[in-house]
Amino acid sequence: MVIKGKAHRFSDDVNTDYIISGRYKFKTLDMNELGRHVMEDLDPGFHARLEKGDFLVAGKNFGCGSSREQAPLALKAAGVAAVLAESFARIYFRNSINNGLPALVCDTSQIADGDQLEIDLESGTISDVASGATVESSPLSGVMVDILSEGGLVEYIKKHGGLVTE
Amino acid sequence: MGKTISEKILSAHSGRDACAGDIVIAELDFMMAQDGTAPLSIRSFEGMEGTAVAHPERAAFFIDHSAPSPLRAVSDLHDLMRAFASKYGFELSDVGEGVCHQVMLDRGHALPGGLVIGADSHTCTYGAVNAFSTGVGSTDLAAGLLSGSLWFRVPETMKVTVSGALRPGVFAKDIALMMVGDITADGATYHALEIGGETISAMELDGRMTISNLAVEMGAKAGLMEADDKTLAFFRGRTDAALKPVSPDPDAKYIEVVEFDVSDLVPQVASPHTVDNVGAVGEVEGTPVAEGLIGTCTNGRPDDLRVAARIVEGGKVAPGVRLIVAPASREVMLRALAEGLIEVFVEAGAVVVPPGCACCVGTHQGVPGDGENVISTANRNFKGRMGNPEAFIYLASPATVAASCLEGRITDPRRHFD
Ligand code: SF4
Repeated sequence: MVIKGKAHRFSDDVNTDYIISGRYKFKTLDMNELGRHVMEDLDPGFHARLEKGDFLVAGKNFGCGSSREQAPLALKAAGVAAVLAESFARIYFRNSINNGLPALVCDTSQIADGDQLEIDLESGTISDVASGATVESSPLSGVMVDILSEGGLVEYIKKHGGLVTE
Repeated sequence: MGKTISEKILSAHSGRDACAGDIVIAELDFMMAQDGTAPLSIRSFEGMEGTAVAHPERAAFFIDHSAPSPLRAVSDLHDLMRAFASKYGFELSDVGEGVCHQVMLDRGHALPGGLVIGADSHTCTYGAVNAFSTGVGSTDLAAGLLSGSLWFRVPETMKVTVSGALRPGVFAKDIALMMVGDITADGATYHALEIGGETISAMELDGRMTISNLAVEMGAKAGLMEADDKTLAFFRGRTDAALKPVSPDPDAKYIEVVEFDVSDLVPQVASPHTVDNVGAVGEVEGTPVAEGLIGTCTNGRPDDLRVAARIVEGGKVAPGVRLIVAPASREVMLRALAEGLIEVFVEAGAVVVPPGCACCVGTHQGVPGDGENVISTANRNFKGRMGNPEAFIYLASPATVAASCLEGRITDPRRHFD
């Protein structure tokens, strides 16, 4: 599947409290409500600028901090189609895959705010629409590909009844 | 080839010879979620069409992050948790029992050589008692409840050795902050830490738990320590299970070995807004503070309260400063009461709140005001962490927090230890 959207740049160490603050996430399970507040403490105008299908592009250690799954869920509800980063914090990475939000590990240094990107989710190739430049993302492990391709762990377990080894 | 603690525990729980880099499906000894994560786990469990919890005796939910509930909406989520735990017949630790991680340890749910997951990132705390314990998200937790197992990538291990005797006024928290400052916020991402050495052996369990608690602030998946006589003594009266401590093989393979000598370590402070922004207390001494927090899963244990009480005893919290004290669990609260520590805090003008997370994550019980500085014993100082993005959070040891609250500014606690 190929997805297209605009890049929104963030720096290193974007933590889960920045993605969605504890002020909101303890109160509700309504992800659309949480989606309106994503990245608010770092960039108050972010949600207003975000268009459905856009990408978040960050430096290293994206998603560090708490284990709260509201982070990828709120991003997804806000319309973010994928997150690209130099590296992800471990728990966030699992949560993102478990909820069907692609998390791509790649060299993001050449991607600027506002760049139009095209991402081939199968091959992991990311291209800049204007310049034609491409970067490759690191491949996912087998079990993660299986979970992502079912649309997340809930759907996966519903289908397979549990975790299955290769 | 020799194995690390992680490789041994994950091998024993997956029934195969697991090496770093392998993906295994492993049987869980215990799993837990708290009030910030359990409601989503329930939703995922229902989405998976779960009809039973595989091992109710291995599961617990904790109401600790917003407890007692400050809002009607939160009360509803708490009720959802109570109903779910009761329906599937597992333990619910209700308001006032304490922070999930402390209660997990107090009740002997995380044991040496065990494999534990928690829907909370500081689940790595039980590494201090030799359990491979790690934080997961709500959906992973739901899969664990339903099937009793979960997939893991066996981590590479970074060996951390600490040597040297701590000077008076310097504590486990200072070692932990120094490590985060040195290794940095993502320096151990995807790795397990094996933390040991003479300083750790000499340390009581309360301090060891503080260090393992901060493993995730370096990105680590686990912060493991070997079990010794002190570890085994801790579990006396807490469990009937046979303890099976796991040690690494002498020829285990490590991705990196880091050594610290703490003989000359001075009190450390992490300044806003990242945990690895660490320096000597002298660099920020004199910074005014409006609020102090002593407690949390990092530093809410008896040894922490003892040292803080010793400093504030006979003194008064400075005018205009709120010192909030939150014992980590009911057991800790009772101990503090029996030892007269609570009386010392109250007399000094501190505010003692119920066992639980208190204002650590900004849900209630002490949200700071705009522009205010907070000095806290917790493990995170991210912008907005305590509920206000206009506040500034400094992290330090209980001694540094206590000394600072008496002065109304960040203070080197060593003057209380001459
Ligand atoms: S005390 Fe703070 S860090 Fe520990 S579990 Fe509670 S909110 Fe999380």
